[in-house]
Amino acid sequence: MLKSQSLEVDQIRKDFPIFKRKIHGKRLVYIDNAATTQRPKSVIDATVDYYYNHNANPHRGVHQLSVEATEAFEGARSKVATFVNASTEEIVFTKGTTESINLVRYAWGSSHVKRGDLIVLTMMEHHSNIVPWQLLAKQVGAKIEFVNLTKDGRLNLDHFEDLMGQSPSLVAFSHCSNVLGTINDAGKLTARAKKAGATTVIDAAQSVPHMPVDVRAIGCDFLAFSGHKMLGPTGIGVLYGRKSVLEETEPFEAGGDMIREVHTSGATWNDLPYKFEAGTQNSAGAVGLGAAIDYLSAIRMERIREHEEAVTAYALEQMSKVPGITVYGPLDARERGGVVSFNMGDIHPHDMASILDEEGVAIRSGHHCAQPLMELLDVPAMSRASFYIYNSFDDVDALMQALSKARNVFCL
Amino acid sequence: MSSSDIYRELILDYYRNPRNFGRLDPHDIDAKDSNPLCGDEIEIQIRVSKDGKIEDIHYLGKGCAISQASASMLTELAKGKPLEWTKELSKDDILKMLGTSDLGPARIKCALLSMKVLKTGVYGYLGAEKVEGAEGQAQS
Repeated sequence: MLKSQSLEVDQIRKDFPIFKRKIHGKRLVYIDNAATTQRPKSVIDATVDYYYNHNANPHRGVHQLSVEATEAFEGARSKVATFVNASTEEIVFTKGTTESINLVRYAWGSSHVKRGDLIVLTMMEHHSNIVPWQLLAKQVGAKIEFVNLTKDGRLNLDHFEDLMGQSPSLVAFSHCSNVLGTINDAGKLTARAKKAGATTVIDAAQSVPHMPVDVRAIGCDFLAFSGHKMLGPTGIGVLYGRKSVLEETEPFEAGGDMIREVHTSGATWNDLPYKFEAGTQNSAGAVGLGAAIDYLSAIRMERIREHEEAVTAYALEQMSKVPGITVYGPLDARERGGVVSFNMGDIHPHDMASILDEEGVAIRSGHHCAQPLMELLDVPAMSRASFYIYNSFDDVDALMQALSKARNVFCL
Repeated sequence: MSSSDIYRELILDYYRNPRNFGRLDPHDIDAKDSNPLCGDEIEIQIRVSKDGKIEDIHYLGKGCAISQASASMLTELAKGKPLEWTKELSKDDILKMLGTSDLGPARIKCALLSMKVLKTGVYGYLGAEKVEGAEGQAQS
């Protein structure tokens, strides 16, 4: 039996202006949330209100608006810190997950990863948690190993254990796969990596928006996520860094606001986290992210996780009835996020996405920025449905109907 | 027209039973390109006759039905034509070949990838410096 859904989806949809739109005359079935989510009116309003009423450069002026802008910006940082159980000095604002990981690569990696060191990644990483490390490895002369996967798309923990035996200096992994949906036991992996002496970096782009995430409980050194995948604006993201690790991390970009003193002979750095935030920051974006966190917190992350699990279980059950379909990743919804990647017959995912689009169903198609994983699974591409708080069983039903149309179009 | 109307018998037939698919040996021209966004890949090999005609032409590749059918149909269209003919080839010719008037911005590059590869190969062979009319070029 499927669990009943725990969220009032009809009410939630009313909070999102975009659901008033029709797509090709049809109801919008937006199930491309692993790419980016939609924004509720409260997030859009918060951003607009910042520009309408409080805009100035935070941290710089003594005038009233600068004080208000600083309060708004730092208020957003407090919200983020509380949301993931960190302290505010451990929350660095960035453009998004990609920049967060690149910050670690440049500011921490360049001075801490040495020639001959081992970097351990996994076969389920997004390119943004592969390519920065490849560049770092090339720069310093380190080597990279990838943890293999089991047939059902989990990490091969025996292989992980083998690699930990080789004392890696850095272990980077995704909390939740953007392709397979697999949820990795971040706490357990972190504890093992720490025992091996490694610094840990977690790509949490697909977990922080969808489930409770507690950086203290996980015990990781760095954790990265994006605002736009959790109802927030684009161009704002977060890097959590454990205080003791951030203290031994070099600055990232150099410029204004990241310094304490600058003389012609040199400079000293500002306190955490400002040392990593050079130049005028995306304060309106941070304010929007703060509003997104308010929205999610009012629902409660536990309920969001429960809801997505129910919708995903229903999707997996419905899709299992479709002839000729291959669904990737663990088949138990309790072990995966709301991401369901699939292929059907010989329909290429781009053809699939085009046909589904005509029915108002927005999915992602392609290699999902995970080409090593595509090669491992020996497929050129996949179609992907990914759910969020405003999706429900009716969206899964719409997907199933659209899939049935695709079968007809391709005479399967 | 709606985008799924493109998947008529013609396109599906070329997708599932590709003509002129596979390596061509020996060949005088070999060009390939991909669309990193989609993962569509097309390689075209051409044997040129003494009088400058496309004596034989094959393609290799993978990708969506539109990109693969377009490549297969284009090899049939090009076979026997003078190399110079490729200079006249336009987006409209490709759409006509596919039996459609419009594909929309999201899919037009799938249809035009093979034309871009053909032009790149032939222009390179003829020593031309730039590829004109290749508006379907891959985006990253």
